[in-house]
This record gives sequence, C-alpha cells and structure tokens, in this order.
Amino acid sequence: MKATRFKRDWIHGWLLLLPAMVFLFAFTHIPAVTTLINSFYSTPRGQRPARFLGLDNYERMLADPVFWKVLWNNLWFALGTIPLSIALAIAMALWVNDKLAGRGFVRMAYFTPTVLPLIAVANIWLFFYTPGFGLFDQLTRGLFGWPASNYLGDPDTALNAIIVVTVWKEAGFFMIFYLAALQAIPVSLKEAAQIEGAGRWTIFWRITFPLLMPTTLFVSINAVINSFRLVDHIFILTDGGPDNASSLLLFYIYETAFRYWETGYAATLTVALLVLLSLLAIGQFFLFDRKVHYK
Amino acid sequence: MTRISDAFDRSLNTVAAWALGVLWVLPLAYAIWTAFHPAAYEARFDLFAPITFENFVKAWEAAPFARYFLNTFILVTLILACQFFLCTLAAYAFARFEFPGRNVLFALVLLQLLVMPDILIVENYKTMRFLDLVDTIPAIALPYIASGFGIFLLRQTFMTIPKELDEAARVEGASFLGVLWRVYIPLAKPTYLAYGLVSVSHHWNNFLWPLIVTNSVETRPVTVGLSVFSSIDSGIEWSVINAATLMTSGPLLIAFLLFQRQFVQSFMRAGIK
Repeated sequence: MKATRFKRDWIHGWLLLLPAMVFLFAFTHIPAVTTLINSFYSTPRGQRPARFLGLDNYERMLADPVFWKVLWNNLWFALGTIPLSIALAIAMALWVNDKLAGRGFVRMAYFTPTVLPLIAVANIWLFFYTPGFGLFDQLTRGLFGWPASNYLGDPDTALNAIIVVTVWKEAGFFMIFYLAALQAIPVSLKEAAQIEGAGRWTIFWRITFPLLMPTTLFVSINAVINSFRLVDHIFILTDGGPDNASSLLLFYIYETAFRYWETGYAATLTVALLVLLSLLAIGQFFLFDRKVHYK
Repeated sequence: MTRISDAFDRSLNTVAAWALGVLWVLPLAYAIWTAFHPAAYEARFDLFAPITFENFVKAWEAAPFARYFLNTFILVTLILACQFFLCTLAAYAFARFEFPGRNVLFALVLLQLLVMPDILIVENYKTMRFLDLVDTIPAIALPYIASGFGIFLLRQTFMTIPKELDEAARVEGASFLGVLWRVYIPLAKPTYLAYGLVSVSHHWNNFLWPLIVTNSVETRPVTVGLSVFSSIDSGIEWSVINAATLMTSGPLLIAFLLFQRQFVQSFMRAGIK
C-alpha cells in the first residue's frame, strides 16, 4: 500500500513538472549549454557551416580591446549604481517607514520610476541631457553660468550620465524590500535600546543595519544581476557611444550578434558574461555569509 | 535638551525626505509638463502656458500605437496565463510530492534566477528561427513562460498551507488535481495577485528580446514601437516624443496610482519569500 502510494507520487510529481521543465530546458538550460559549445565554433555563413576553432574565439576575445572596454565599463557601472542605489534605498525606506508628514506622496515619488519602462525613462532623461536647452543645461546655466555641455556625447561623462538614470530607476525598487524588512523588525528592540540611552544613529548602525543584512544580500545579488542584464536605456541614450564609452557587456553581445551577425563570437562573449555572473553570485554569497544574521 | 535635538533631527529628516522625493518626481513631472503644453514651451517654464492635448493626437497619428498596445496586451496576457499554468503545476509538485530527482530539478529551476533568458539572446534567437517563429508574439513570450521565480514563489506559498486541509480534501474523494484546484489555488490568491502584478509590469516594460525577435508593426510591443518612433529623430518635437512616452507608460502608471498600496505590497510579498 505504502509502496504503491510512493510510486504514484513519483508519477504525479513528474507529470506535474513536465510542462514547466520542457520550457525551462528549451529556453534556459539547453541554450546555456549550446552557447558554450558554439563558443568553440566559427560563425556559419550561407553555405559555409560552422568550423571547430578550438580556443580561437577566446583568444580573440582576450585580444579584443572593445571587450575589455565594455567589461571595465560594466564594472564601473556596477560600482557606480549598486552601492549608491542601496544606500538611497535604505534611506528612503527609513524615511517612509517613519511617521513623516506627507508620507504617501514621498513613497509614491520614490517608487514611481520602478513602474515606468526603462525605454520610457531613457526618453525622459534624454531630454534632460539635451545640450543647450535640456533641463540640466538650463539649470547649470541659470545657477552657475556654465556653458552648454553634451553629457551623453562626451566619453568622459556618458557612462556617468547612464549611471544617474539607472540609480533613479532602481533605488525605489530596492526600497520596497527594505521597507518589508524594516516592518519585520520588532519594535521592542528599538525601545530597549532607547531605554539604554542609544541615539538614533547608534540604533541604526547597531540594530537596524545588521538586521537588514539578509535583505542587503538579496538586493545586492539582484542589483548585480540587473547591472549585467539591463541595457535598454543604452539604446536610446547613447547607443553605446561615443566610441564604446558607455557600452556594456550585454549591449556588446547584442551588437556582435545582431548588427555584425557574428554569432560564434557572440556566444564566446555570452560565456564570459555567464562565468562572471556566477563568480559574482558565489563571491557575494560567501562574502555576506559571515556577516548575515539570520533569524 | 534631547527633546529639542530630537525635534530638530526629525525636521531635518523630513526636509531631506521631501527634497529627495521632489528630485525623484522631477523628471516625470517635467515630461508631463512638456507633453501637455505646446512645443514652444518645452524649454521655457511658464505657469500660465496653455494646456493642449495636441501632442498626444500627433503622436497617436504618427505611429501605429493602437496596434502596439494591442500587441503588448496580447503578449502580457499570454505570458501571464502560461506562467500561472506551468508554475502552479510545477510548484505543486515541488511542494507536496516525493519523487526521485526532486532536489536536482529544483536546483535547476533556481538556476534560472541567475542564468536568465534575457542573457541567452543569441541561442534563443536561433531556436526561434528553427521553430519558424521569428516575428511572432509567441516568440516573445516563450522564453519567459516557465519562470523559475514564479515556481519558487508559489512553492513557498504552497508549503505554508497545512497538510491537514490537503488530507481532508483527499478523504472526501478529491483527486490530486482536485486538491490543487480546490485547496491550494484558492489559498494562494494573494501570491497570484502579487506575482501577476510583478509579471505584467515586467513584461510590459521588457525591451531587448522583443526588439531582437520582432520586425514588423503587427508584432511589436509598445516599448519597441516607442524606440522606433523616437529614433526617427528628424523633425519630431520633444513634446510629441514625451507625449508618446507617457502614453506607453500610461496604463501601468495609472494602474499604479490607483492601486498603489496593492502594488507596493505585491512587490514586497514577491521579494521577501
């Protein structure tokens, strides 16, 4: 009796999983494996099938200045966006969680960018950055008398301009997770600290911040993945330019595959991206693991 | 003494929170301002500038936005329906059945949180060409319908449902699918709502994959339509582009303003578990 129940459970379980697994394998796991395989082959063209190249694509990648450029850009982009948007998200969550005059408006203001498509966000900001009569130039001219500047057209500022847009878009999203975590912290802890005479600053660093660590781990893993995954705004704002100054790894993969149609090399670049993502995820996990206080 | 410094501290915080809030709505407010005023005012702030809807009319007529909206609507509905179906079945299996390979398969599901279809654009495009689905709406949807995130979220919810309810329904003669339908799904309604909102807003906003896999008016979602519209930058006024931008984000934005609380709670619920 017990045995047949088990057997039937097996079959039911497998049948229930089957449809999801088919699609999961077809569009995630198998493509990931074929990406790896294709990264060792040349791009098939017309009548000419793909040839086995061994490590040629990888050698090309290591010698490709654009690859290193976009890799650095991506690291800068991650460093520029992640700590800043997490810090802002914590501040936002603390404020919104507090009894604040006009809390509803402030919370709405922080969260609204999250529901906008990144493409729409880019359009709005493109207008801000327009040399001459965009809002930034009008403000800097009015306040400091600065001349018109082309933030998106200058290799020195293009990536930073994109970082600003990304922080604006993401901070409110991360705030939500902190807000949820803050509401789960028992008030008694804070009250006990207050009785001991601890100030707000001490309470934050000694109690709130450590208790938010699991959230910070979760948010930062998300943020890292996002910093490699979200490239929509680049299409509108700079198209990767000038001279790849604001291009990111996934954008370069897109260009290689769908503008130059070099799918073999694009597969190699994708492998690099996947390896990088896995290393970062594992690294973060271990880095935070020692500091995270689980309940 | 402490009371005064506390009050000072509090007001300082309020000011900072508001300053950041104003800074945060500024871009959107500015876009709304230019969209509702004639082009002559787009770089000149004047409180008494005449309000006009002309920019929206122009944008609507300049590109087939009606069709783009229909495409997006079909797309998000298709994705959501398939996700609910596939993820529910898989989550039920992981939550309540014992079978060999369960842990390995669950790890493979979680792997999708890291290795996302968004990144595997090259191979997925090849697959779509092989299936002869390039430039169709199902091609945009297919890579996303088996969502690792959705399976995980629903599994966590199903596991919190007391086994006694499950057993009681079985005693009454319900089959394993009947139990799913009558016990698990009704009790997981808040999770479905949360996941639905997250999924709809995510796929409404998605851009890169639809850009790659579509190339005609009949299949393009609004995000791709908007980028096509605004990249023909010769002669289109900013105010019209801003009107189009607001139009594409409009439905989601209005829904968000109306259901703000539910939205925020949904994102929270989707995040914590």
